[in-house]
Amino acid sequence: MSVLEIKDLHVNVETDQGAKKILRGVDLTINEGEIHAVMGPNGSGKSTLAYTIAGHPKYHVEGGSILLDGVEVLDMSVDERARAGLFLAMQYPVEIPGVTNTNFLRTAKTAIEGEAPSIRHWIKDVRTAMDALRMDPSFAERNVNEGFSGGEKKRNEILQLELLKPKFAVLDETDSGLDVDALKIVSEGVNRAKANTGLGIVLITHYTRILRYIEPNFVHVFVNGRIAEQGGRELADRLEDEGYDRFLTGANVG
Amino acid sequence: MPSSDAPAASLVSPEQHGLKKHSDGGWGLAPVQTRSARFASFEHSDFPVITGREAVWKLSPIAKFADLLDGELDGSAFPYTATDAAGVSISWIDRTDPRIGTAGKPEERASANAWTSFEKALLIRITGEDATEVTVLRDALGTAARAAHIVIEAAPFSNARIVLDNTGDARIVENVEIIVGESANLSMITVQQWNDGAVHLANHFSRVGRDAKLKHIVVSLGGSVVRLNPTTHLAESGADVEAYGLYFADAGQHLEQQVYVHHEAPHTRSRVNYKGALQGEGARTVWIGDVLIGQQATGTDSYEQNRNLVLSEGTRADSIPNLEIETGDIAGAGHASATGRFDDEQLFYLQSRGIPEEEARRLVVRGFLSEIVQQIGSAPLEERLQAVLEAELVGTAL
Repeated sequence: MSVLEIKDLHVNVETDQGAKKILRGVDLTINEGEIHAVMGPNGSGKSTLAYTIAGHPKYHVEGGSILLDGVEVLDMSVDERARAGLFLAMQYPVEIPGVTNTNFLRTAKTAIEGEAPSIRHWIKDVRTAMDALRMDPSFAERNVNEGFSGGEKKRNEILQLELLKPKFAVLDETDSGLDVDALKIVSEGVNRAKANTGLGIVLITHYTRILRYIEPNFVHVFVNGRIAEQGGRELADRLEDEGYDRFLTGANVG
Repeated sequence: MPSSDAPAASLVSPEQHGLKKHSDGGWGLAPVQTRSARFASFEHSDFPVITGREAVWKLSPIAKFADLLDGELDGSAFPYTATDAAGVSISWIDRTDPRIGTAGKPEERASANAWTSFEKALLIRITGEDATEVTVLRDALGTAARAAHIVIEAAPFSNARIVLDNTGDARIVENVEIIVGESANLSMITVQQWNDGAVHLANHFSRVGRDAKLKHIVVSLGGSVVRLNPTTHLAESGADVEAYGLYFADAGQHLEQQVYVHHEAPHTRSRVNYKGALQGEGARTVWIGDVLIGQQATGTDSYEQNRNLVLSEGTRADSIPNLEIETGDIAGAGHASATGRFDDEQLFYLQSRGIPEEEARRLVVRGFLSEIVQQIGSAPLEERLQAVLEAELVGTAL
């Protein structure tokens, strides 16, 4: 049984005006097979949490710990974290000119598994996953995310989630910018990945919309760099009605 | 030039910005010169001795090839081997052949030295209308200073890909004339994969005729100094050039290209795209891209760009795009230049998928350069160049 534990995490981010404190003591434990929705207003630190787990160099951990099955993730490089079983679906996936999706996916799979996947199975797996995400086969030969629409980029992220089979995935505002059809397709992909591999998921979102399609076990409200309240599904429903206003009184929202 | 039905644009005489003296009291500064107004001559002695301050030389390491600028050059026929193909013939022609000098004229002293010195020119004549490919390999030029002259003549409606494949030692200055006849389709790929000590100075002069298409690709990877300056005259209506370049400079290497496209005729089109990588102490690249859209060249469409990827400290990339437009009626004209380090976000993205940093860097560089490799169109050559680029990347700590 895998577990991802975030303990008293303090993080600064580099800005043009110097270091800025973003996370102020985050505690969060995700067990295999659980879906944790992390919700909060803009600027509350949700994305910082996502990028810190993945190891983006812009974010500096000032204190605390992230343990994957008891092993310190903060000591690992970005690629080591991925090979250990962590995955970040990015809000703004990066374009890589000249590198085809096929080549990228195979290279990533090889890196994560430690050996090249058998060609026959791999091609079939990719095709099946792309079909399920209603991605045109031409996306395989296109350069990674280059010229993709916002929705296509998000599908490409979930395609990687399904193929790379991480233990834990952080989905950073995967729902943003998606129309309802794309939202359903992407949500199906997430649910499928969970059914197939039993991964644990941190679902970061500003809106409750995606929770119609992905059922969370826990909901955490993120305000001013820490978790202000947690609960179950009903907390999300309450946020849908009331918004974040009651959390923002007295909070520094700049 | 017709006067009765001249387009409205020509009623106003074109003005070069900066050509008139400023009213600043006259500092004696030379006015900016239109690109086509450069002095040109076939005679070495017509050019003043090079000081290294001239616009065309100031970025080049002239001390490394003084012999090619002014020394005596071996202008005899150079050794080569070539593949056979129907519709392409290769022969030596005399200096007096009427084709010589029809595509261009030297604009600097080294080029003129080669012109004055060559005894015979290698003629590659393409007549076949079915697409074909010929490779001319030069791998035994030796280390003595040479002059050479090549004429590539694509007859009207002909269709071919010519690969000039350069390896081994060399110390050579040469002129290459490329005459693309009406409606011909010519791809000319020149690969410089010389030995480490080689010096290669070349000027390519192309004249592209009515509705003809030239694809010109410069791939410079090996050699101490490679300075290859392609000029293209889009001389007749509908002429089209795509000029690509790919270079990878290692420590101490100087790779230079001064690209000039002259839109002389209406409805001509040009695309220039040069991409380079630099890695290692003293790796140096120069790209100057001049595009001149002449007064008659209405309805033209042009775009030029240069991108450089800097892979280590201690390198220098010069990138200088120039665009002159003498007519108000064009379909499009643009230029772009960018020189930068790795995009850290690209690296992060790849690494976040488990790909180790070194491999991620290789993927990014390979992706960056493969845009040009993919233009070559010859699968064996593309594969070879990909392999060479891989070796360049692996060769040093990224």
